[in-house]
Amino acid sequence: MSTFMIRLFMGAMALFLAAPLAVVAGVSVNERKSLSFPPQGFSLEWYAQIFTDPGWRGALVNSFGVAVGASLLSVIVAFPLAWFLWRYHAPWARIVQILGLAPFILPPVITALGFLSFWSMAGFYGQPWTVVISHGIFFVTLPLVTLTLGFEAVDDSLVEAAATMGADDRTILRTVIFPLIVPYIISGLAFAFVLSLNEYIVAYMAVGFTVETLPIKIFNSLRYGYTPTMASVTVVFVVLAVLVFGLIARFGDLPRLLGAWRDDDGDR
Amino acid sequence: MSGLVFDAVEKQFGAFTAISETTLTIPQGKFVCLLGPSGCGKTTLLRMIAGLESPTRGRILLDGRDITRLPVHKRDFGMVFQSLALFPHLSVGENVAYPLRIRGTGKADCFKAVQRLLDLVQLPDMANRPVSKLSGGQRQRVAIARALALSPQLFLLDEPLSALDAKLRESMQIELKQLQRKLGITTIVVTHDQREAMTMADLVVVMSEGKVHQVAPPVEIYRRPRDAFVAGFIGMTNLLKGRVAAPGRLAVAGGILAVPGLPATGEASISVRPENVQVGKMTQANGDGDLEGRVSYIRDLGASIEIYLEVAGEQIVAVCSPYNRPDITDGDSVRVHFPPDDCVVVGA
Amino acid sequence: MRIKPRNASDYALIAFPAGMLALFFVVPFGIMITVSFFQRVQGAFYEPAFVLENYARFLSMFFAGILGFSLGLAALVAVICVILAFPFTYMLTRQSRRVQVVWLVFLLSVLSLSEVLIGFGWSTLLSRTAGITNLFVALGLMETPMSLTPGFGAVLTGMVYQAFPYTVLVLYPALSRLDPTLVEAARTLGSSPARSFFNVIVPALRNSIVSTLIMVFVFALGCYLLPQLLGRPSQWTLSVLITDQAIYQSNMPFAAAMAVFLVLVSLSFVALALLVGKREHTG
Repeated sequence: MSTFMIRLFMGAMALFLAAPLAVVAGVSVNERKSLSFPPQGFSLEWYAQIFTDPGWRGALVNSFGVAVGASLLSVIVAFPLAWFLWRYHAPWARIVQILGLAPFILPPVITALGFLSFWSMAGFYGQPWTVVISHGIFFVTLPLVTLTLGFEAVDDSLVEAAATMGADDRTILRTVIFPLIVPYIISGLAFAFVLSLNEYIVAYMAVGFTVETLPIKIFNSLRYGYTPTMASVTVVFVVLAVLVFGLIARFGDLPRLLGAWRDDDGDR
Repeated sequence: MSGLVFDAVEKQFGAFTAISETTLTIPQGKFVCLLGPSGCGKTTLLRMIAGLESPTRGRILLDGRDITRLPVHKRDFGMVFQSLALFPHLSVGENVAYPLRIRGTGKADCFKAVQRLLDLVQLPDMANRPVSKLSGGQRQRVAIARALALSPQLFLLDEPLSALDAKLRESMQIELKQLQRKLGITTIVVTHDQREAMTMADLVVVMSEGKVHQVAPPVEIYRRPRDAFVAGFIGMTNLLKGRVAAPGRLAVAGGILAVPGLPATGEASISVRPENVQVGKMTQANGDGDLEGRVSYIRDLGASIEIYLEVAGEQIVAVCSPYNRPDITDGDSVRVHFPPDDCVVVGA
Repeated sequence: MRIKPRNASDYALIAFPAGMLALFFVVPFGIMITVSFFQRVQGAFYEPAFVLENYARFLSMFFAGILGFSLGLAALVAVICVILAFPFTYMLTRQSRRVQVVWLVFLLSVLSLSEVLIGFGWSTLLSRTAGITNLFVALGLMETPMSLTPGFGAVLTGMVYQAFPYTVLVLYPALSRLDPTLVEAARTLGSSPARSFFNVIVPALRNSIVSTLIMVFVFALGCYLLPQLLGRPSQWTLSVLITDQAIYQSNMPFAAAMAVFLVLVSLSFVALALLVGKREHTG
């Protein structure tokens, strides 16, 4: 494989991944309301519409509210679990860990259907807060994985050193472990936030008929034809994801979070 | 009773015995080195003192008080880890102040204590540095200052100098020893480096395979090893096996040696340090305790000369200074003398 | 460093996550299984009963066909993705750290995209008025622009697009931990770069490849919108059908029965993937 072949292949894959996004970006600045590419004229009206049209603005607010609540909840559930798994030796705790990983591995439609039957049986079907809990549980896998990595990265001798200096378990957690895993908490929050923002099926089955999040709004609009605002929302979502993951990469160790060995293990 | 006492302590990890039944007293105010090859249990012993491991059987007493089950964070001993375990998210000063801060000591008092401790380890004006900006030797000092912040009753160090280069290590050994003298604090250091142990310790505890072989001052460990392991582990030595032929007479391959302190009958092994072995020309009359040997080769190291000899099929090493080098060369037949007072019985 | 939990306050730590997951994941799951045995009531939702007709229903040829199509499509997506992603990931891990990070950010961004947005993006790219055929016309390759959707090709492309970043990220740990001296050793023995890739890298990671295939297969099986947005009803998969039955046909018991079935299929494949993956670690 020559350098040229590598560049060609990776370039082709980049093109494949970017093509639909590029076309969507193109149609999002169309002056007219029709779907056409290359764009005819240039207008940012459809971006403004996300904020001016009450329907889109409402969906935006809903999506952000759900994503903020759900990502916080997923971290709140994942943190004590990851800590317990790291601190204590208890084989049955693995079952809880598997439960935390399952939502992400199983087809999402199953979790969605589970929530649909649960909320309707409990009599809360359609309540806006149910989607926050549903997403919080559905995405608990992400902070669980990042926090597990974070705890593993804490050098045992730091914990032992703190103990020899008189710190009990809780003091160690507060003064040593917590400051060291803050980057992993933030990564977990960010992953859950971005995915919750984009999630469709669980939200739809939980509150689809009462609360419109952006993906639900886009899907509903798609069924009645094309509006350029869908395109501008898509672009905003892509930019947001790039921004969030870019920030994680900037302030954290993205390759390590995704399972590569550390490059900079050098000094010990 | 003053000092640290191991009372029939045993430690097992599953089926593996890390420490077999050990009774040991570490007197107060002494500098003690736990010395042995890797895997001998010395670190486990130190971790049991710190409370990071608990003994499977037996008791650990400090000044007569049973501390076997006392949780690690209630012992208030200072410990320096092999990895140093400096907190990467805290500055030098915050690291040193950590044990005080978690006890609720006020800011001003912490500041004063940090100043005093950093002066003690000769790192003044470093309090605001991030730990990552320190050199190896500086990190070492910070770890020591932090461990001493509580004025602990025991100062424990696990291979503290292993990350430093040879030159820095030697100067730190001397510094650590002086620090301990100044503070008079009972200090226990784990090391696998016998030079380090000889340099610093008042008392050396030689260990192997979970057993304590000898507890004695360094010079005694070297001159009077109690068994073959200690003799072989500390410095170079010649081990000779033989049978007691008469009171004070040991029959070894090649002749009979005069050895004090032999058992009345049976077999015995002796250790003779190379610098005590005397080599001379065969022309001289053979005296008592002389064997006949042959020079295999001679290594001139400048400061000393090592003479490798074959005596009745066994290899013997003698070391002499360049100023009294015998007039011999490879292949010569020589007279090898083992002075009776330097023959130490090290077992059967 | 790990210790056995000693008292109630140690256990209290795990009680909250365990309780949350039990209440909001295990209980819903149990309810779904229960509902799958319930009787559907026309006009209403369903009523408690114990009937097997919901399961019996997909023993018909129609559902056998859908199941076969779903599994076949997911398998095809998995194979295409691994064939593309394996050399891609290998090349990626040999790039500088900077390049890797840029790619990872991009891949994660695509992976996090809603299926709705992916479906919309591809339907635009494959549309008559704004699609790629306009480019072909401009290049003189085609006479007039045409729509490439709905159709099987569109569904397949969309699903490969969605699963490709996932495949790369599943392969990434194994390939980035691969000992680079392995290839260097092959190279010093006179093997060409392409040959050492196929003769050394691929066999060394055989089990990773198999378990990745299965993971991507399960991932593709979960795709619930793209067949609906980019395909014809004949190209709907089990996931799409479950959504359709639950939401539009209001037949919860039947949707639940299909979901239970989908869980069993997915779980058995995940178990298989774990088994294969484990064998690689133990050698």
